[in-house]
Amino acid sequence: MSENRRRDPRREWIARNRLHPEHASVLAALGEIGGGAAASEWLGPNGVIRRNPRAIGFIGPNGVKRIDRSGAQQGGQAAGGTRQAAQDSRRQVTIEAPAFLVAVVPDLSGGRLSGHDKDLLGLARRLADADPERPGAVLAVVFGEHKEDSFGEAGIDRLLHLADDAYAGFAPEARLAALAAVERELAPRHWLLPDSPLGGADLGRRLALRLGERPATGVWQLEPDVGSPLGWRCTARGAAESLDIQRPLPRVALALAECAEPVDETRHAAVPLSLAEAIPSALSRIEDLGQVAVDPAGVALAEAEFIVSGGNGVKDWDGFHYAARVLGATEGASRVAVDDGFMARHRQVGATGTWVTARVYLAVGISGAIQHLQGIQSCDKVVAINLDPGCDMIKRADLAVIGDSAAILAALVAKVEQQRGGQRDAA
Amino acid sequence: MRPEQQGVEVAVLVSVGRHPITGRARRADQDARGLELALGLGHQLPGSRVSLLHAGVLDEASEASLRGYLGMGLETLTLLEQTEGADAIPALAEHLAAAPPQLVITGARAERGEGSGLLPYALAERLGWPLVSGLAAVETVENGVATLLQALPRGQRRRLKVRLPAILTVDAAAPAPRQSAFGPARRAELEVTPVAAEPDRELAQWRLAPARKRPKRLKIVKAASARDRFKAAAAKAEGGSGQVLEGVSAEQGAEAIYKLLKEEGVLPR
Repeated sequence: MSENRRRDPRREWIARNRLHPEHASVLAALGEIGGGAAASEWLGPNGVIRRNPRAIGFIGPNGVKRIDRSGAQQGGQAAGGTRQAAQDSRRQVTIEAPAFLVAVVPDLSGGRLSGHDKDLLGLARRLADADPERPGAVLAVVFGEHKEDSFGEAGIDRLLHLADDAYAGFAPEARLAALAAVERELAPRHWLLPDSPLGGADLGRRLALRLGERPATGVWQLEPDVGSPLGWRCTARGAAESLDIQRPLPRVALALAECAEPVDETRHAAVPLSLAEAIPSALSRIEDLGQVAVDPAGVALAEAEFIVSGGNGVKDWDGFHYAARVLGATEGASRVAVDDGFMARHRQVGATGTWVTARVYLAVGISGAIQHLQGIQSCDKVVAINLDPGCDMIKRADLAVIGDSAAILAALVAKVEQQRGGQRDAA
Repeated sequence: MRPEQQGVEVAVLVSVGRHPITGRARRADQDARGLELALGLGHQLPGSRVSLLHAGVLDEASEASLRGYLGMGLETLTLLEQTEGADAIPALAEHLAAAPPQLVITGARAERGEGSGLLPYALAERLGWPLVSGLAAVETVENGVATLLQALPRGQRRRLKVRLPAILTVDAAAPAPRQSAFGPARRAELEVTPVAAEPDRELAQWRLAPARKRPKRLKIVKAASARDRFKAAAAKAEGGSGQVLEGVSAEQGAEAIYKLLKEEGVLPR
């Protein structure tokens, strides 16, 4: 094939003329030459790049040409390519010989790094990367089994995973002994823990006193400060959130959520680490007997995990209460159901009632007034059972079933009972 | 009843609280809950003795708020009198070590001063006693072992066994305190013992200021193109990706809901 590119002015003219009867076929032919898509840029006969500004864009649904300059809508392949690029844009950082260690003990509630943990790791990265000449490494001490696989993305350089049964549940003494062993062997410059109840708040205070430090609690801001022993100054909340305490950063700090931005530009190595010497087993005077089954009806609505809420569409209230009992859910109600006297006032969900934080919210016969939708803003999954497919609750819901609520609840109860019965038979 | 069950000796550490809106001295909410828990325990185990202990300054405002605890049904309160700005931990540790009770109950954190919640941990470390935080209830005390319920998030509870003597801290999950009666509060006695005061030098060096509002975190959009940035700025938070099942039988609908509940793991075992 010759190097010279041949032009066909007639075909180009047809390709430019949308109204030409041969327009489509010519476009396709040009597209084949251009390699899949109509070429908007090509090498001209004189070796100059030529651009055809009319070739970009596409014909919209109304026959009007639309130009999308983001490049996102140029086809599935192109979009996939940009996503790939976005994933790869994280810079890989490996710290071989760290000048010091910043130890972080994440909560790992539910086996994964929580938002609070990620903020804390962002704070640890700030401490570690302050001096680019002598970078520190972030060491994470993780207790028990976990399901997290993106420790590197969260900014962890070294990972010490202590998966022993002794650390499961509420075992502050065993965990404290392990952290003391880490202190003896690795001597981190900073210890950072999340100031979250029953997690880092408890363990961090124990650790600080074991190390003989006076920790900063409720830290929410960190600034470099030459005059301080560690080179940092922190601002901490005190006196029931009514006071800001500015003090030099001590070795042990317990930080609040949103104390720093989580790491999102770099990827770290998360090299597994192990302690050379065995951790001495601690004498445990606290024995964890496990979780207690609580009556869901007694759980406060604001902190219930699973709520079955009834509204104007519920006609069979006995069936509703029975379903809530079988499902093990806390009962809620819309304002109408409360006003009509079917439910107690303290069960009302919404702007004038309780703002709930449930993980799963099952709305039965609730059309979704804006005041009600405000109240369920922070719910994770909303399931709606309703007769009206156009109501606002259906728009909010993650799963909506259109139908008679009583029949669906009865079927659901039957299903749950049947499953439970089956399990009992198998066991 | 066996002699082991003949009651326990409970010391409740109380502090001077601060009303969150007016800033006036009051009985601290968490400490009052601790006292309520102790009084409930006294009711449950006859022969239990509940004592109140406070270390700090004695002035008009603090006396009024300390009498708020006495109005809940106690006759005396031991006050270790210190000067302003003194460290309460050594005084309390000494007092508790001299006559060790079986249980020490206190609120999780103070409403004034540093309010770091370190005091129970410091006492536990000094006395070498176990500490349980976030207590919801004391179930039983027998043979020197207490069975406790610890409050977990989402209204869940965990049962723990702890060997006595122990320090327990309570927060908002503990039973709400009873009202304080004015007359008994006036008639009750404050047993004042002056103790050596060790000034808290570190705290004196820190800069304390009324709490500033924390900045709200901005939603940072890292978009390569203007279109993505505009979309992120203009987009509503609505998900809108919900699945709608229309025209299905009740069984099919129930099946879909059951699957979701199972995935979320909210159904009881």
